[in-house]
Formats: sequence, C-alpha cells, structure tokens
Amino acid sequence: MLEETVAAARKVPPDPTGMTSGSAAIDVRGLWKVFGPRPEQVLNGPHIHLDPTTLLARTGCTAAVRDVTFDVRDGEMFVVMGLSGSGKSTLVRCLTRLVEPTSGDVRIAGEDVRAASPAGLRALRRHRVSMVFQHFGLLPHRRVIDNVAYGLEIQGAAKAVRHRRAEEILSLVGLAGHAASYPDQLSGGMQQRVGLARALAVDPQVMLFDEPFSALDPLIRRDMQAEVVRLHREVGKTMLFITHDLSEALKLGERIAIMRAGSIVQIGTPEELVAAPTDEYVADFVRDVAPSEVLSLRWICRVPGDDEHLDGPVMAAATVIRDAVPAVLASARPIRVVDGDRFVGVVDRLDVLSAMAPRSGRSGTSAGTRSASAGGVG
Amino acid sequence: MRIGSRVRLLAGVLTLGLAVSACGGARVADGANSPAPSGSGSGAPAAAGTVKLAVNPWVGYEASAAVVSHLLKENLGYTVELKELSEQVSWEGFETGEVDVILENWGHDDLKKKFIEEKKVAVEAGSTGNKGVIGWYVPQWMADKHPGITDWKNLNKYADLFKTSESGGKGQLLFGDPSYVSNENAIIKNLKLNYKVVTGGSEAALIQSATQAQEQQKPLLFYFWDPHWLFNRVKLARVDLPPHTDGCDADPKKVACDYAELDLDKIVSKRFADGGGKAYELIKNFTWTNEDQNSVANDITNNGMSAEEAAKKWVDANPGTWQAWLPK
Amino acid sequence: MTAPAAPATVSPALSAAPAPVVVGRPGSRLPRVALPAAVTIATVATVGLYLAFRGTATLPHDDEAAPFLFLNDVRDWVDDNRNESPLFLYLVNYVRLFIGGVFDLFAGALRPVDPPLLVAAATALGWFAGGWRTALVAGLGFGAFGVLGVWEASVDTLALVLTAVLLSLLVGLPLGVWAGRVPRVRRALTPALDVMQIMPTFAYLGPMVLFFQIGPASAAVATIIYAIPPSIRITALAVQQVSPAAVEASTSLGATRWQTLLTVHLPMARNTIVLAVGQTVMMALSMVVFAALIAAPGLGSAVIRGLSRADVGVMLPAGLAIVLMGIVLDRLIMAGARRTGHPGGPGARRPHRSRSRYGTAAVAGLVFAGGAVLGLTALGGFPAAFEIRIAGPVNEAVRWMQSSWYDTTEAIKNVATEGLLNPLQTVLTTAPWWLTAATVAALAWRVSGVRRALTALGCLLAIALLGLWEHSMETLTTVVVAVALTLAAGVALGVAAARSPRFAALQRPLLDAAQTLPAFIYLLPALALFGATRFTAVFASVVYAVPPVVRLVEDGIRGVPPTVVEAALAGGSTRRQLLWKVQLPMARRAVLLAANQGIVMTLAMVVVGGLVGAGGLGFDVVSGFSQSADFGLGFAAGLATVLLGIMLDRITQGVERRPSPPQQKMRIA
Repeated sequence: MLEETVAAARKVPPDPTGMTSGSAAIDVRGLWKVFGPRPEQVLNGPHIHLDPTTLLARTGCTAAVRDVTFDVRDGEMFVVMGLSGSGKSTLVRCLTRLVEPTSGDVRIAGEDVRAASPAGLRALRRHRVSMVFQHFGLLPHRRVIDNVAYGLEIQGAAKAVRHRRAEEILSLVGLAGHAASYPDQLSGGMQQRVGLARALAVDPQVMLFDEPFSALDPLIRRDMQAEVVRLHREVGKTMLFITHDLSEALKLGERIAIMRAGSIVQIGTPEELVAAPTDEYVADFVRDVAPSEVLSLRWICRVPGDDEHLDGPVMAAATVIRDAVPAVLASARPIRVVDGDRFVGVVDRLDVLSAMAPRSGRSGTSAGTRSASAGGVG
Repeated sequence: MRIGSRVRLLAGVLTLGLAVSACGGARVADGANSPAPSGSGSGAPAAAGTVKLAVNPWVGYEASAAVVSHLLKENLGYTVELKELSEQVSWEGFETGEVDVILENWGHDDLKKKFIEEKKVAVEAGSTGNKGVIGWYVPQWMADKHPGITDWKNLNKYADLFKTSESGGKGQLLFGDPSYVSNENAIIKNLKLNYKVVTGGSEAALIQSATQAQEQQKPLLFYFWDPHWLFNRVKLARVDLPPHTDGCDADPKKVACDYAELDLDKIVSKRFADGGGKAYELIKNFTWTNEDQNSVANDITNNGMSAEEAAKKWVDANPGTWQAWLPK
Repeated sequence: MTAPAAPATVSPALSAAPAPVVVGRPGSRLPRVALPAAVTIATVATVGLYLAFRGTATLPHDDEAAPFLFLNDVRDWVDDNRNESPLFLYLVNYVRLFIGGVFDLFAGALRPVDPPLLVAAATALGWFAGGWRTALVAGLGFGAFGVLGVWEASVDTLALVLTAVLLSLLVGLPLGVWAGRVPRVRRALTPALDVMQIMPTFAYLGPMVLFFQIGPASAAVATIIYAIPPSIRITALAVQQVSPAAVEASTSLGATRWQTLLTVHLPMARNTIVLAVGQTVMMALSMVVFAALIAAPGLGSAVIRGLSRADVGVMLPAGLAIVLMGIVLDRLIMAGARRTGHPGGPGARRPHRSRSRYGTAAVAGLVFAGGAVLGLTALGGFPAAFEIRIAGPVNEAVRWMQSSWYDTTEAIKNVATEGLLNPLQTVLTTAPWWLTAATVAALAWRVSGVRRALTALGCLLAIALLGLWEHSMETLTTVVVAVALTLAAGVALGVAAARSPRFAALQRPLLDAAQTLPAFIYLLPALALFGATRFTAVFASVVYAVPPVVRLVEDGIRGVPPTVVEAALAGGSTRRQLLWKVQLPMARRAVLLAANQGIVMTLAMVVVGGLVGAGGLGFDVVSGFSQSADFGLGFAAGLATVLLGIMLDRITQGVERRPSPPQQKMRIA
C-alpha cells in the first residue's frame, strides 16, 4: 500500500537524460568546502587533489565537499546519497551557508547565496529555504505549537497569526491535537513531524532534509517517507533530501546524486543508477537492489524478433517491471511497450523473469546504455 | 519601546551618579560613615549612636572591650559593633570609618606615626591603665629543674630539650597568632640562638601548650605576655633576654633585646574624637588594672561565661571603678 | 581500558578515512616493555643524583628577597597615592563606593525587619518557590538563626552574600554566556579563572585591604573574586552544551544571534545556569569567614573568635548558621528554578492537586504560629527565651577529648610526622633545585605530555625566582602527604559506599554537611587534637578534601556498567576480584579526577593551615596579611601557591583531558 503511494507519487516519469529544463530552484557550481587551517590557501595549493589521508597529513585540512556541481529543478525531489563522511551533510549546509563554503557558486532561485549580506542571508533562511534535521533540533522548553511557530516568531509575526498558521500546519502533518504537548512527550516519529511542520510553517520554496529519518525505527521511517511523498505532492515544494539509505533514496528521489569522499560520482534517476552505474562504487551500492523494483519496461524491452507477434497487450514504457509482471505472465504474446504513441519495443515472459532474477545473465540488451551487468558482479 | 525606556533609565541613573559624585573623583574618606545613628537593631532603646569597636585576638583585649561595650550599651544607650580584627588591620579601619576605637594598643609606634601624624585619621585617647609586657616563658618546673635556663645565654645549652617534630632539629620557640607584635626571628638570629619559631596560630594554642607543659611535664619555651589570667593558673618563669634599652628595638631587623614594658593605650579615630560625644568621653576615661582585666578574662575563658556575662559580673561588682568613667 | 588503540576499521569505505593523528602522550608510542625499564632507570638516576648532590644548589629562604621588597614598595606607593592617583580617584574608589552602596541597600532593607517578620517572609518565599517543604526548610532555617543566638550576624551575612552573589551574577552570567558561545573568549578567560580559583583567599585579602581598605565593600569584592569563577565556568559550560541541533535549527530559520541566544541558548541552558547560581551562593558563603578578617560584618567574626580562643562553643552556632543559610538559599533557588521551568521538561515536577490545599494550610499554620509566638515576645532582636546555649557542653566534650586522647593523638601525629612529613621535607628541601625541576618536568612529560611539562617546569622556575623555593617545598611536602592520605581514605570510603547501599545512606548526610561547612571549622578540632603542627594542617585538609573524593570514587564505581559486573560475576569472580580487577580499574578515571580535585582542595586548606602551624607558604600568606612588613612576602607566597597549584594540576591533567564528561572541569569545591 505504501509502495503504491510512493509509486503513484512519481506521476511524471523522469526524463532519462536528466537534463534540466527551465528554471533551477537550486544551482550549485564548483562548490568546495575545506575544513582546517587556511582553507583558501590549501584549495588553491598543489595538495588539494591528494587523497584525504595525505591531504590531512600535509596540510591539516579535510576537503569535505570537492568541486560539486548539480542543480535541482523547481518542484523536484532531489536526493543526495552517500555513506557517512562522504560530505553530504556539509554540502546541504553550504547551501544556506550554515557552513560557509570555501569556494564555488550557490544560487537559490537565481539569487547568489554566497554574495548575500547577513541580512539577505537571514531573509533567505526566513522565507525561502527551510530545513529538517536528523536530530530534530526541537526546543524542549516550548510546546509543539510554539516550536512550529518558531520560524514565524523569528520573523516577527504576531502570536495570533503564527499560532493560526501553526495549527494549520500541524493538522497537515497529522499532529492536530498535540499542539499543547512538549516535544519530549511525543514519540520520535511525531517529533520529526513537528520538525517537518516547523520547516513547512514558514512556507518556503525549498525544503532541505538532512537525513531526517535515520534516527527513527524502520516502520516509522516508512510512514514518514510516505508522509514526505504526500507532502511533496500536496504542497509542491522543491525538496533536497539527504540520506545514507539507498532504498530511501530510490523510493523518494526523482533524481539521485551519489556522493563519495566529497565528490558527486553520479547523478541520475533511480533507473539510471541501477541500470547504468558509472563506476564500481555506484555499482557496488546498487548491487542488491532488485532491478524489477526500480527499472521500468523501457530498460528491458527489445526490438521484436522477426517471428514475434506484435498484437499483445500495450503497456507504458514507464511501468515498473514488477508492476508489469501479472500482465506479462497472463499474456501469451509479448507485451508491446509504448512511450506515448511511440512504439519502443516488446517484452516477453522470459525478459521479465530474467530481470527479476539476481543480476547477471541477460541484461543491457536495450536502450543503448552501457551494460548494466558490468557492475553487477563487480 | 521597552528597551528604549530602559536605556533612558540607565542613562538617568548614570548621570545622577556622576552628578552626585562629581568634583574630582572619590576620596577614601568620602565613603566613611559618620558615627551618626544607623538605626540598627530593631527597637533598641533610643539609640544614641553606633560605636565600632575593634577587638584584637586575645582574651585580655576582649575583656576590656566587653566591659566598655556593656557600659556603652546599658548606661549610655549606644549600639556597639564589635569587630574581630587583627592589630594592623584595625588601624586601616580608622581611615574608612570601619573602626572607631582600638581599646588596647601595644606600642605600634610605626602605625601611630602613619595614622596619627601623617594621615591624621586617628588620635590617642590615653592609657588603659594596664601595663603590658611581652616575653619568653618556660614553665616554672623547668626553671626549678634546669638551673640557669631562664638566662638567654644558657638557652643554646638546653635547645635539645625543646626539640619537637616541627622545629627541624633546633629548639622550638612557640609563637602565637601570626598578627601579634613579634621580634622573635630577629632576636634568635642576632643572639645566635639555636632555635626555630613555630607558630601556634592563636592565643589558645599558647595556652593549651602551656597547660599541657605543666600537666604533662613537657618542656616548652613560648612567647607570652602580661596581663594574662594564665599566670594565676600556671606557674611560669620568664626568660631573661638582654634587657631592653631605649631604642634597642628601633630597627626591627637588628633587635637583640627584650621587649619593653608598655603602657597600653587607647586609639580612636579622629572622627570619633570630634563627634563621639559621651561614648568618646567614656572611652577616654576608661582605665583599670591588670587584675581587673584578668578577672574578666578568666571568667570568659575558664568559667563558661560569655563575654557579656563576664562583663556584667565585673560591672556589678565594681561600681566604684566604672562610675568614674562615665561622662559628667 | 583507555589504551589508545586506533579504532578498528569498520568498512572498506572507511579505510580511506584519515588515520587518527595521535596527539597526546608521547610515551604511549614506546613499546610497552620498554616503559618500566625506562622508569626504573630514571628513578635510579634521580636517586643517585640526589645522593651525590644533596645539600648543594638549594635555595634557602630569605625574608629580604628582592621580590618581597619590591612588592612592599608597591604597597607603600599605593598607600600614599590612594587619594591622589587618578586610578583610585576615578575607578577603584568608585567601585568601592558602589559595592558598599549595594551592601548598604541590602543591609538597610534587612536589618530593620523584625525577626518574626523576616522568618515569615522567608517561609512565604519558600512556599511560593517550591511548596510547603521548601517553606518549612526556609522557615526553620531562618528561625534557627535566632535560636542559635546569631540573628543579627546572620542578617548581616545574608546581606553580604546577597550583595556578592548579585554582583557576581551580573558580571559572571553574561561573561559565561559569551565564553560559552565564543571559544576565543573562553580560552582567554580560562587562565584567569584558574588563577582566581587556586589563589589562596588569604593571599588576596592583603591587596584587597590595600585597594579597597577594610569593610563590607572590600569583603564583597573579595567574595566576588572567589565566587565568580564557577558562575562563569558553569554558565559557559551550560551554553556550550546546548544541543547544536537546536541552535542550527534556529539559525537555519534565519534567527539572528541575539534571537538564538534568547530563544535557544538561554532557555535550554537554564537548568545548568541555575546550578551556577547555586554554586555561586555556596562559594560566597564559604568566604564569609575570610571576609570577617577584613571587617565584614556577620557570622565570620564568631568563627574567627572561636578559632583564636580554641572555643568550639563560640564557633559552632555561627558555623551552623552558615550551613543552614547555605541549605535554605540552595533550596529556594532550586525550587524557584523548578517552579518557573516548563512542566514538560525532564525531571520537572507536575503540579499535584493536594499541594495547594494542604500546603496553604500548613504554611498558614506555620506562619501564624511562628509569627504569633515570636511577635508576642519583645521586639528587641531575636527573643532571648528561644536561644539555646550550646557552647558549654560542646566545650566540655572537647576538653575531655583533649585530655583523654592525648597519648593516642600524640602517637598518630608523631608517626605521621616522623614517618612521612619529615623525610619527604628533608628530601625536597635538600635536593638541588635543578634535580627537583628535572624530576617534575620528567614526571609531567610522562603523564601529560610535553606542553604541560613545560608549563609545570615554568611554574617551578618562577617559584624559584620569587625567592620562595624552600617554603614552596615545605608546602609541597604537606600537600603531597595530605593528598596521599586523602586518596587512601577517600577511596576506602568510596568503595565501601559503592558496595553497601546502607553505608552509603549513612555516609551521605555526613558528606553533605561536611561540604557545606566553612573550611575554617575543620581547623579547630584538628587543633584541639594535634596542637599547632604541620600534621594538624594535613589532618584538616584531609577532612576537608575527603568528601568530594568519596563522592567521585563512589560514582565512578557505581558507573561501571552492570553488564560488565554481571559478566565478571558470571565468570566466577569473587567480590574482591570484582573490585580489584573490574570496578577499580574501570573507575580509574574517577579516581584520578578525585586526585586532581584533592590536590586543589588540599592546597587551599594547607594555606589556611598556616594559621595552625603548617608553616611554608601558608604561613607567609597569613603573616603577609597581618604584618605590614611581610606584605611583599605574603603576596609573593600567594603567587607561589598559584604556581604550585598550576604545576600540580598540569602534572595530573593528562588524565583529565581525555574524552570524558564535561562536568569534571567544573571543579565544584
């Protein structure tokens, strides 16, 4: 049921090219963050491209974010995934300068964040971008409603106004009736709902999530993921989501950036990552992902053989393989895969079954991408 | 708005403060309280004022202070603040108004020069009638047992007797409160005595050691002074140091002679002398004998009386003496 | 337990992570076997050098050393220029007037209040703050001031403590908040606070008299100097400890620094800041006795008088009143803090229904009864009919002890003096100074690393330059012996308490009382039992420093995870084995921290011990305060004590600086 919601959320199949079109909500170019003494000098010095251990030994510095470039479309759900220490949390903090970047360019809705004055930066944080944190960051001495209204209070909103708004948001996140509680009277999941509500209350254009659910139980986490998906659908904010959990990334992300040691190694849709990892690191990550859960028919359909009948049922190319299984099995004829009106190829039982089998064997037969099997065994 | 008004308030207070204390900074005497009544003590019978009486740390002084304080309170209606202070610190109090009276001053010519002649904040108020003398003492039994021990020339011979765990192989000379008048180190050095001064820390330490020396027949050489009630309880023999001559103790580093017999006197602050009224007169008139003092001190120390009780007892018994002190 | 092994690599991805740079004990890089050998060689070499050079290059004491004379000259200059120099005219004298004014304000407000009214007011305050229990404590406590016969002195002390606490907090809390948020400020303040805390109180009484003369203002300044470090330290710690997540969340919503301070830092640090307030009150109260030496009005005088007359009976009521005042103020503050705290917070008390009804009745009854009884009696001070006299019996008991325990106490004193103090003092005073310095440096280097070793060495050399080498060595002797005895007693009692809850329950109130008593109080029984000797000072320091050591050890042993204890028991350990092989080793840090605490406290007490024959720096300091010719000596000795304290702290600090709960820097003395 939950997966259905998640799947349904991805209303529009992502453009497999991953190219941006139109305005970018977040635009990051060549971003660096070097921690340690005299970071500027180190950045421009000769050692910056050394491996982290040597860099630390030579300069005392750590490059947490290395030359990162990406953009997030308006209304997109963009996920940054990486193991701990890969620099993803530093990256998200650089976006609103909670951590001051060492160099590079950050624009949010076209505004140059790095050039912003302290007042401009505050305005950005108050009205345009809000953030949800791993450890919630709630204020234990305030009631839930005052936590939610906190951002508005900071902006100077009158008490009645901010409380009204906070009540609305609380019912939006399913916490109506808990307004008068204190955070420590709520469960972890509910506390993070408060965190979510606090971020939503200021009605930002962009929401940043820093591993918001990693401190929660698996079941609660699933609920919360669904909640985020629902909210994304309902309020249509641009969201940038940090996680170390691949399944979370795949579930939520329209596009995913994979980070390693400060750099982004690949950006793509879940399908692209699973089907076509750019290197062994990514391949290693996605090895245990069942392709049938992620890949759509587009990735396994093939040019029909000469002897095949082209009168089987029609299915959209964006259908996830697993969802196509009943239809494929029920049909004696190969399924015709179409992208809108365009015929893309066919899929038969054998194709589906081998896509569901552990990865090895037959794959990469289509769509002209590099062989997905390359990383499969890796 | 609230902040604004607070700033204004603060500014106002500051301006006021500056205005009040304008004209070239604050001098020490500015802050001194006058001996005017300060309204302390709820409902005391028509307070005539407050007298701040320094009490130096020995019981003889305390006895004098208790009697004077009793009379000030009961007969003249003053409030008395007794201030437990060491000798030199008491003198500092004349300057700020913390101390009005030192009731039993032992010499201190240097302080007299500084505070009476130079700073002009204190004046002498006559003798207490007590004769005071500091000296080195041994228990009488030692004098009987070790002939010649009371002559300083023989002290080195007996140094071993006085050795203790604290004296580092030399003989021990037990001293009292660190704030007491003392030439001990200079005398030992200049007379080439093989002794070390060990500080007991208080009058009580001296009394306790002397009592033990008597009871346990333990050797003891110690710093002590007369008037003291102890002489009535423990037989002591004074060690004869080279006799005091005028000016032999002028340079504290070169002292090689005994202490002088002092006429103990009273010192009061200039302010108190000028505006102290009847209290000042009483203190100026106050004079009694060593025996008087010893009897009160003895009651305080040994008869379980508080200083007030001991003073009351003496006052009740000796009306003839104190009535002469009362202002006419 | 604390072997500095590199963390095990968890995953291949982490293997690329930076290898931990080993900063810390240089010794830990040596092969383990080599260490005992090196230590043995060093020890043998030190002993050999000592035997060869004993008696040479000693630095005997000279009362006329140049630094002392210089300080005397400074004193004379200040004395002469007090009414001329702009520094005094426009700054120091104003400070004195201002602080004196604050005291007069408090005293003027409190003194004229009738005792029954003030008791009732305290009771009411207690009830408002925390309900009937607090009301009862406050009422009984204030009532006891009268019953003990020290009403007026108590009120004066209260006024002085309030003055000092108010001003300390006015300065300390903002500084603490600032230091908590700005590491640079914190680093700048720390050494100053260290000096303020290690500097023996006596040592700054002299300068206090010089700058502020005697009286309540000067006493308040001295008290502030003593009481302000914990208020700064604990506040800084509280602010530092505020969850960074909450701060970040606030910043991310665009809060200004000021908004974050007001809405996040202060509310979240509140409970700890309340602790800071409580601690400041306690510190201020423990200065009451010292303050009396410079003419502070209040309870201190009686304690001083008791000490100089060896009269426990005179001292005890005042001492008890000080303890009671501490308890009442502490309860009021804590209760007030709880009451204004939000009800949902951890540990917050939820209001319960019965409180209001029974509470009101109880308080009303109490106030009425108290007010009526007291009010009916004469209004002149506290009614004498209610005072009880405890001086007589107490003194009788002391006298009995003195005469009947004489042989035992003499024996104990002599054994300790001849067996511990004298040999150690001989070694330290006859060793060549360079050998001592080298030994100290080597020891500090071994335990705490190069930088701290250099600091320790620097302190020692500065002591030599001050001209106080010999006296410092004497003091070092007393401190070392006292710390050793303190640790022995503290660990034994702590272990006993950790193992037997019943013993712990019996011991706890005693420890509580012992920690609230002013340090001076310990001197008297010690003096009564052992006379004026160094051992008296050692004994008093041990009694003074044992309670915190017991606490730390007990907590340390209790803090050993139950699973470890279970595992050991499951493995068939006896209780003895459990203690020696599991609990004590695991509580090692607590024990070492206890040693560090013990050193600081012992040092403080050894100086006070100068009053009862301890000699060394303590006597110099005391005598510098009371004899004008020794002013320079006394002040220099105060500095030397600080240097000695820093040296000992640095030697033992290596242990403390390892990752551990931050509370331990709080040094609640």
